[in-house]
Amino acid sequence: PPSQAALSQHGLSLQMRGSRSKTLHDRALVNCQYSMATFSTGERKRRPHGDRKSNEMTQHLKQTFEAAILTQLYPRSQIDIYVQILQADGGNYCACVNAATLAVIDAGIPMRDYVCASSAGFIEDTPLADLNYVEEAAGGPQVALALLPKSDQIALLEMNSRLHEDHLESVIEAASKACKDVYAVLDQVVREHLQEVTTLLGE
Amino acid sequence: MKETPLSSCERRFLLRAIEERKRLDGRQSYDYRNLRVSFGADYGCCIVELGKTRVLGQVSCELVSPKLNRATEGILFFNLELSPMASPGFEPGRQSELVVKLNRLLERCLRNSKCIDTESLCVVAGEKVWQIRVDLHLLNHDGNIIDAASIAAIVALCHFRRPDVSVQGEEVTLYTPEERDPVPLSIHHMPICVSFAFFQQGTYLLVDPSEREERVMDGVLVIAMNKHREICTIQSSGGIMLLKDQVLRCSKITGVKVAEITELIQKALENDQKVRKEGGKFGFAESIPNQRITAFKMERAPVDTNDMEEQAEEIITKADPPSDVLAKPILWTPGTAQIGEGIENSWGDLEESERENEDSDDAAITDVQNIETEDDTIVLSDSEEEEVVILEPEERQKKERIQTSATQNSRVKQLKRRKKKRAVQ
Repeated sequence: PPSQAALSQHGLSLQMRGSRSKTLHDRALVNCQYSMATFSTGERKRRPHGDRKSNEMTQHLKQTFEAAILTQLYPRSQIDIYVQILQADGGNYCACVNAATLAVIDAGIPMRDYVCASSAGFIEDTPLADLNYVEEAAGGPQVALALLPKSDQIALLEMNSRLHEDHLESVIEAASKACKDVYAVLDQVVREHLQEVTTLLGE
Repeated sequence: MKETPLSSCERRFLLRAIEERKRLDGRQSYDYRNLRVSFGADYGCCIVELGKTRVLGQVSCELVSPKLNRATEGILFFNLELSPMASPGFEPGRQSELVVKLNRLLERCLRNSKCIDTESLCVVAGEKVWQIRVDLHLLNHDGNIIDAASIAAIVALCHFRRPDVSVQGEEVTLYTPEERDPVPLSIHHMPICVSFAFFQQGTYLLVDPSEREERVMDGVLVIAMNKHREICTIQSSGGIMLLKDQVLRCSKITGVKVAEITELIQKALENDQKVRKEGGKFGFAESIPNQRITAFKMERAPVDTNDMEEQAEEIITKADPPSDVLAKPILWTPGTAQIGEGIENSWGDLEESERENEDSDDAAITDVQNIETEDDTIVLSDSEEEEVVILEPEERQKKERIQTSATQNSRVKQLKRRKKKRAVQ
């Protein structure tokens, strides 16, 4: 069963609540929150958010989207992105990034490029793309890569466990290729959806 | 307390210097600062100094019941504390983003890479395992906390000795250090973090950023590696856009740096071991040298003197001619002599009679006017309450920078007259 993430995007709002002091005078502030539903993993999750791992994920998401969204166009504003994992089967961060990309595009917020993410691993001397829970739990090296496909720029690179330096290139290659495949799918979905919506509105 | 903001001119200066491949402390782009490792009296306690950044690491252990899903493995716990001692910008108590980020990085670097054999920490499966706790405290923040912290953590773990335990059937015996020597932890490899700071959208790269450089950087890439060239963690942060070959280049540099650092650590550990065995003095008190000023020495700095001559000539031609030097001393009494006149008192005189006398002399003096006079009024402040009253506007023109001997004589007469007057009064 694949990972599913639900996304809610509050779009653009003038920074009013609470964090007035964090207002940036020349660009928008991107605010993310990552949480996992208690039923998402095999064992019931005690703390859906607030623990160190969730905080780290939140920060990574924020960092990725601050780099990708054209924040200069919306000074003194705040963009909220809330992601919740409904079902976790490996590649949580990557699913979040892909979902958030779609949500931001749907909200009409301009971005530099699609942000596509994919994980990759290295098991038995073979680079594998898009690991699931079993492959992740095996303890081998895992790489999570968020890529802007057109310019091949890496927005976020994260690696865990041990991997020999010589294999790094092939693993990053595998992840990049997977990201580009994801990009193809996302792009097609967006275009189809737009066509549907415009025809419906047109009538 | 909020951190003092960095001024724009300082920011510009740092960025321009980096563009010219110059760093404030004179290092090259890929150079590390001086690394110093010292050990405390207890096993498992160490201080790591990377330049001025200091981290104290302390390892302790405890017998606890294991986690339910990992019944045969020991527990490793890392905690990095950032207190206001390190920098006034850190607030006590509240967990900021930086703390979470650093802690997670340390956890991933040391726990997920399996540098410690957790199975060996198991005493009784499912009941009693060792919990190893590594506490790191940042003592001074001068940039690149993560490198110093990772070195401190691994050194403290290598240095640590846990009490020996023996299991006979159902009985578990824990030996005190006096009964049986404590045992070191079984460490597979030593992962070390290396930080790369990126500037100007990834054009410039610096290894081991100092605190100032961290303030102006775009983002940082941290690569943790061990000496066998196995990458343990990679983390890019700050929202920088990297290219694949940049990452590969950084990993190569990391390999070189980690080899050097690992060697240094090994040497430090061996030295400490030797000192303890020989019964010599060990601990922080010994390793912190007494700071005594015996000689004040400045390091020679190379100065570019290539076009010194042209510059000097330029300056000389543009400068004002020097004032005449009066070398003739006037002897007042044996033991009291005077060379030159000094500047005339411009406060304005109090006695009418004195002024009358001076006016006649002033005629001679005011002829010699070769200084530019400033505007008559000098406005000191914008306050309306203050009134600027010029007492004796003509008096100010008595200030002369260049004196001729003619005026000097008349001045001497003036002085003598004044002296007589004062003597009379």
